[in-house]
Amino acid sequence: MSAFLTHALDAALALYALAMAGALLRMLRGPTAQDRVLALDFITVNGMLAMLTLGVRYASTMYFVTALIVALFGFVASAALAKFLLRGEVIE
Amino acid sequence: MKAALRRLLPAPLLTVALALLWLVLEPSFTGANVALAVLLAIVVPIVVAPLRPTPVRIRRPWTIARLVLAVGHDVVMSNIGVAVAIMRTGGRPLRPAFVSIPLAIRDPNALAALAMITTVVPGTVWCELARDASAVRLHVFDLDDEAAFVADYKSRYEGPLAEIFEGRGAHGARRAVR
Amino acid sequence: MNAAPSLVMETIVGLLVIASGILSFVGAIGLLRLPTFFQRMHPPALASTLATWAAALATIAYFSAIGSRLALYPWLIVVLAAITAPITTSLLARAALFRVRAAGGDAPPPIVTES
Repeated sequence: MSAFLTHALDAALALYALAMAGALLRMLRGPTAQDRVLALDFITVNGMLAMLTLGVRYASTMYFVTALIVALFGFVASAALAKFLLRGEVIE
Repeated sequence: MKAALRRLLPAPLLTVALALLWLVLEPSFTGANVALAVLLAIVVPIVVAPLRPTPVRIRRPWTIARLVLAVGHDVVMSNIGVAVAIMRTGGRPLRPAFVSIPLAIRDPNALAALAMITTVVPGTVWCELARDASAVRLHVFDLDDEAAFVADYKSRYEGPLAEIFEGRGAHGARRAVR
Repeated sequence: MNAAPSLVMETIVGLLVIASGILSFVGAIGLLRLPTFFQRMHPPALASTLATWAAALATIAYFSAIGSRLALYPWLIVVLAAITAPITTSLLARAALFRVRAAGGDAPPPIVTES
């Protein structure tokens, strides 16, 4: 693997980590519940992207399966939370 | 004969898609693997047939291909647009807005496809649909000209979807709306 | 298996991955900077569309190069993201409208049908 590709993959992983940190800040700050769910969804998407990138970094196809699982669990979690907000029990 | 074939293959497109998906995921063309792909592709549509709410009829493959290419192009362009708008500091402020658009399509599958297309393109989100599906409300990230946006939206996405799912020509009801 | 990919291919993969990282990062900045929820709804689409496409394309290119046959399976991630991301966003948009209206906030009223 060339030095450029190694550095590019590390840079991308750092960018994903920074994006996750930013979303975490939004999740802690709120202000509304839907903001927090949106930030959580963004974090899981970034986790999936990081898994794909790690797969290239270590030339292993196993990370692809991890990426799929992260994406699926992220979707189920955000859809369930959004549906919960839609029922309005949080307000009433 | 035809009825028997229809019972065996309730959704031919789904059958083809499943077989292709299996072979893409496990790309070995040995007899056993291909047989497994064909078996799954025939059994799964029969098993899930009661789960599909309304039958799907799709026409005009060229319109589908053109719509997919148009959506791909729009996704790339509006990704760049939204990214630039986020990073820009000076200049004119953003103009986020809710837009209500009257709809001509009624087929639930077409409406679902329209909702997916709208939301997958960055910069527009499908917010809610009127109870009788006669109008939809979108949220637009940066709205320049409402009339132009509505006309563009209807001709780019709704027209092709009406052709694909409802088999209507793009020159019927659509002209009167624009 | 494990043929060394050419330098050109590695450069393309690297550029795609960096583009994906930058798009995702811009999405996070949007999530932090924009003032209202309805505006913040849009930036995450950057990560789930073009950033995912670029990362999947990079994975396809890299594994096709080292395995010396076309490895199309990462495209499945793109399909999955294209199906799931709009559902979440749209559900959240409806939930937000509902909650803002219930709290008497600034949101448009439900669509009134003419018929």
